[in-house]
Amino acid sequence: MKERRSRDRSKMVIRLTAITLLAFTVYAFMTMDYGSADIHQAIGETFRNFGTIFFHPHSHRLSVADAFMELLTTIGLAILTTLFSGVIALFLGLLGARNLAPKSVTNLVKAIVAVIRAIPAILWVLIFAVAAGLGSTAAVIGLSMHSIGYLTKAYAESFESLDRSAIEALEATGADWWQIVFQAVLPSTTTYLISWTFLRFEMNFTNVVAMGAAAGAAGIGFDLFMASSFYFDLGELGLITYFVLAFAIILEIIAIRVKRNLKEN
Amino acid sequence: MQTDIYIRRRNNSLMLFGLLIVLMIVSIAVTQYDVGRGFTSLFKALEWGLSTFYPDGKSLGKLPDIMAKLWDTILISISSTVTAAVPALFLAFMGSRTTRAHAAFTAVARGIGSFFRNMPLVAWAMILMLAFSQSSLTGFLALFFGSLGFLVRAFMEALDEVDTGTIEALRATGASYFHVVFRSVVPCSSPQIVSWLLFMIETNIRDATLVGFLTGTGIGFAFDIYYKSFNYHAASLVVVVTVIAVIALEAISNHIRKAIL
Repeated sequence: MKERRSRDRSKMVIRLTAITLLAFTVYAFMTMDYGSADIHQAIGETFRNFGTIFFHPHSHRLSVADAFMELLTTIGLAILTTLFSGVIALFLGLLGARNLAPKSVTNLVKAIVAVIRAIPAILWVLIFAVAAGLGSTAAVIGLSMHSIGYLTKAYAESFESLDRSAIEALEATGADWWQIVFQAVLPSTTTYLISWTFLRFEMNFTNVVAMGAAAGAAGIGFDLFMASSFYFDLGELGLITYFVLAFAIILEIIAIRVKRNLKEN
Repeated sequence: MQTDIYIRRRNNSLMLFGLLIVLMIVSIAVTQYDVGRGFTSLFKALEWGLSTFYPDGKSLGKLPDIMAKLWDTILISISSTVTAAVPALFLAFMGSRTTRAHAAFTAVARGIGSFFRNMPLVAWAMILMLAFSQSSLTGFLALFFGSLGFLVRAFMEALDEVDTGTIEALRATGASYFHVVFRSVVPCSSPQIVSWLLFMIETNIRDATLVGFLTGTGIGFAFDIYYKSFNYHAASLVVVVTVIAVIALEAISNHIRKAIL
């Protein structure tokens, strides 16, 4: 009886959610600013642009070697962001795990991290750009903030999945907090930690590309922005897009394996 | 034997640690990242933030304008997600193991999803802007394509997870394909699908802010204007409003998720 009622309730909530979202969508279409472009013409033009981008990529200002170097820079920035935020998130994650820290501390850490995560990455980068100047430094520090927010939550949840009895057994032997962390918590959650970190690396790569284009920070995203909005060079836009797309797909293939790893453990 | 485990464990962690250090040094060299400035800028940013980056009385006058921009961003995030869900559902039904007509369709659906997903969002925005110029429509379309890629994969996983036992049982009774889909697959997977929709809307609010910088719309554009005119008080108000909106939306989604899963 009870199960049936909860199933009915779930059905009703699903319907209500779907209807609400649909209503929002219809309202959005009615009030949207469609700009000055003739939509019919714009669709045709976009298809033609896609043709040029994907079938006639060429290098003009940016040589293929340059584009590759820019891609490497972008990957490097993503690696730095992931490493810096990973180290800090490891400490915050320990403080945010319910089985390792007092409740008042975990609540505080989780609240701070939720606010950090709620601020879009681009705003973080621009906030740090005032102090550090626009460039790779602001990009890394700004993106690290958002990355810390994500990884702290992921790490803390990994630590919380640890069996309580293992910690209690160590406590009974008189081990101190650091010994528990280094002998039990970290070794038994390493697979999770590495998997989450890699998944975040994938996101950080996307974010670095985005920061380059939207904030002019660094890396291949900036070349993307210049080729498109400054030089209107579709062929070069195509070359850059292929580079980013290729690396993103490689990362995704690895990430799918990593996720399978997470599920099996 | 006992010591062997410890030695191996220590060696493994030392190796991992060493690898990460090398990775860091190479990255610093390639990107010309300034370590010293990285540290000093942290303190400078904190000092600057406390002294100028907070909403003051005058900036509160901009609140109605900021709220209107935020509303635009929320509308675009929801509408792009819902619109993208339609073709994504179609592709997912075509490609999922439980509902596909032929195994070859899985590869097609996966390929389409992978292309849309991995194409950088900013590239979509830049390409669309060439023809559609700076407008909400451009932002909507960029988010639409990005969401489409993600939702195809998410929906396909949701459909794949439907228990094949019930489907086979239905088939054994002679039920038609559409009967199986609407009686078994849809009811079983709809909680997952709605949950992914909510997740996508949350993600799109953040991404819409980013796209807004390029397309000149929504809350991202509001921040951009105030930031570039050095009106940091108003810019910080944008941040505060965004944080409240994102956290409220997360809370609502979590509430709905709890009720349906």
